[in-house]
Amino acid sequence: MQAETASHSATVPGAASAAEADQFLTFMLDGEEYGVDILRVQEIKGWESATEIPNTPPYIRGVINLRGTIVPVIDLRRRFAMEAIEYTNTTVIIVLRIRAADGEKTMGFIVDAVSDVYNVTSEQMKPAPEFGGQVRTDYVKGLATVDGKMVILLDIDQLVSSDVVFSDTTH
Amino acid sequence: MSIEISQFHQVFFEESSEGLEIMESGLLALGVGEPDLEAINTIFRAAHSIKGGSGTFGFTAISEFTHVMETLLDEMRAGKRLVTREAVDVLLEGVDRLRGLLGAARDGVPADADDVAATSRRLEALLDGGNTGGAAAAVADVTLPAVTGWRVRFVPAAHLFQTGNDPARLLRELMALGPSRIECDLARLPTHLDAYDPESCYLAWTVDLDNDVPEAAVREVFEWVDNDADIRIVPLAGDGPANEAAATPALTAVPAPDERRSGDDRRQHEDRRAGDRRQMAAAPATASIRVDIDKVDALINMVGELVITQSMLSQLAADFDVALIEKLRAGVAQLERNTRELQESVMSIRMMPISFSFNRFPRLVRDLSAKLGKQVNLKMTGENTELDKTVLEKIGDPLVHLVRNALDHGIEPPDVRRECGKHSAGTLTLNAYHEGSNIVIEIIDDGAGLNRDRILAKARERGIVGDQDVLSDEQIFDLVFAPGFSTATVVSDVSGRGVGMDVVRRNIKDLGGVVEVESKTGEGSVFRIRLPLTLAILDGQLVRVGSEVYIVSLVSIIESLQVKPDAVSSVAGQTELYRLRDEYLPIVRLYDLFDVAPDSQNLGDGLLVIVEAEGRKVGLFVDDLLGQQQVVIKSLQTNFRRVDGISGATILGDGKVAMILDTAGLIHLSRTQYQPARRWCAERQVA
Repeated sequence: MQAETASHSATVPGAASAAEADQFLTFMLDGEEYGVDILRVQEIKGWESATEIPNTPPYIRGVINLRGTIVPVIDLRRRFAMEAIEYTNTTVIIVLRIRAADGEKTMGFIVDAVSDVYNVTSEQMKPAPEFGGQVRTDYVKGLATVDGKMVILLDIDQLVSSDVVFSDTTH
Repeated sequence: MSIEISQFHQVFFEESSEGLEIMESGLLALGVGEPDLEAINTIFRAAHSIKGGSGTFGFTAISEFTHVMETLLDEMRAGKRLVTREAVDVLLEGVDRLRGLLGAARDGVPADADDVAATSRRLEALLDGGNTGGAAAAVADVTLPAVTGWRVRFVPAAHLFQTGNDPARLLRELMALGPSRIECDLARLPTHLDAYDPESCYLAWTVDLDNDVPEAAVREVFEWVDNDADIRIVPLAGDGPANEAAATPALTAVPAPDERRSGDDRRQHEDRRAGDRRQMAAAPATASIRVDIDKVDALINMVGELVITQSMLSQLAADFDVALIEKLRAGVAQLERNTRELQESVMSIRMMPISFSFNRFPRLVRDLSAKLGKQVNLKMTGENTELDKTVLEKIGDPLVHLVRNALDHGIEPPDVRRECGKHSAGTLTLNAYHEGSNIVIEIIDDGAGLNRDRILAKARERGIVGDQDVLSDEQIFDLVFAPGFSTATVVSDVSGRGVGMDVVRRNIKDLGGVVEVESKTGEGSVFRIRLPLTLAILDGQLVRVGSEVYIVSLVSIIESLQVKPDAVSSVAGQTELYRLRDEYLPIVRLYDLFDVAPDSQNLGDGLLVIVEAEGRKVGLFVDDLLGQQQVVIKSLQTNFRRVDGISGATILGDGKVAMILDTAGLIHLSRTQYQPARRWCAERQVA
């Protein structure tokens, strides 16, 4: 059974094969497609205004009330130093569960739009090449090609932990 | 599938520390020389569970140590050993060692082997030597009049023979315990032969046993007929001629009869308290919480009512008509009531009686008064007053400090007390009660009281108070909370270093409470702590800066005022000061500190909120004051991290999140980070 599934997925890339492929939710940011592990997604909600947290980096848009829980939201465009845009009606907050050093945290990420859900097998996932000094790659889990497009798969835990987000000093 | 045994460790540690508390309170309550079988049994059972549990989980050091204690307790239980002061002391020491061992096992660190070995040796010495010297030691140690014998009234039920028991055998066993006189009571014999059943027991006996065997030993004789007979065992008063011999050495062996009596008083106090305490299982400071089943039931009832209200409202909404508006109003009012009740009820789950904090004091007072050579009766009232678990955990240390202080500085040594015409034993009272949404805890001693002149002299000497300042009594007494202040003439290891009271005050302040002191020379002092019942809810003042709403804790606000431009002055062209009466307060422009766009940067357009924290005052410049309301405090750390100047967040009535300002943090932030170079402007330009 397992061998059959493996050969199946090898011949038909991107097809459903639960045994080896991981599912990724992808979203758009300035024309680029990014993916996060779908098991980490708690919910997707429309943009609503957040309350600013003083003395935090600009990409932390603030906190929102998620049914009584205070959840910080991060603007991913600003986090990746992309051009900031006005939020549109496709702008959404993807609420993810993050594993941090001091336990699981819930955080929201503002993206341009939600795109699709893909199955990505380990063969399909390519390690990110060295981009040179300009781009940090430690939060890029890998690159995958799906239907001829490149999808950047993010290691979301790494993304927030490499930030000042969880470090307890603002200096 | 294998079971990972370590998953039960937490439960074991929790249960064990409960067991230790039971042992400790039981031991403290244990009357020397009058072994209360039930109490010993309780202690024994607790020790036994700890031994069993530690054996199961492979903590052999703990189980071996407990085994020795258990053996000692077992002998006491069986009446083979007398409960002496010495034994209780060693057992209490054993409880301390066990606590250490358990803590070490939990944290995975090695325990202090020397201490444990020393206590082990003491326990074993007691076990070896106790059996022979027991009776002699008991006479000297007994603080209550020695029990010189027992009067046993034994009234078997009519069906005793059918249970296979023979009264004659029981009486023989009783006689074996010592010299005795037996009287037979024939009153129950039927007068008519017809009514006589040869298989029924009609006789009853009264046995006077002239020997001071433990009550447990007497009871043991009747162990098997407990349910089939009426057994009354009363101690014989030591007034008979036969008892004089035993009573006299007891009196001569103890040097100060006065002291003995106070010891008894204290023990009786402890006794009563321990009785109260035994009724509730003590929970240690762990993350779990035990909730009264009544509270859960009440909660379920309220949720039920809420569901009914909700269905009524949705029915109303499904088929609404303007004529039904009154009904809708009533429904909403009911919903409001339900919600409020539910909230109160949920909050009450976190509430725990203050006895969890109080119950360490009998031991503390016992040990400390012995060490200081003072006699102290501890009284505790209002132990069932409830407060939030978090507050409860944090108030423990300040309370210990205040109690130690009262014992060390407050209550005088017995001879001084007698000279003042007071009872040689001092009284320390711990009292707790509710007052509005606060809990008040009082530590009252009937000692010497605070010495007004000495405090003032000391304060002048230390430069805390100027030579010319005239202070009220209240202000003078308040000086004891000043840092670096101690009036103790001798620095003892109990207290007197002058680092404590200011810490006490700060800890209490951190909990949003206040501490005050009242005192009368020669009559004693009262330290009164006032704390909010819960840390989860805060009385807040909503303030607005630009489009942002912040919450300032009401207790930290002194006043709010409109800025008079001529009262503003600046230092070095940067720091702005506001002259308020005869004080100069730094002005903190909140918009500047937080990088938000204000309505106006002109001080005259906004308001100044004067706040105080850690003894420093500043004026927070805000655009407007909004309403006051109670807010539920939510942590920012749960999903984010700590932010300087912010103590948490809350959700307002419109569903928006608002930041709660941390006054102390803000003052600190303003001093270290104040940058008049308009950071928000630069920031906005970049954005």
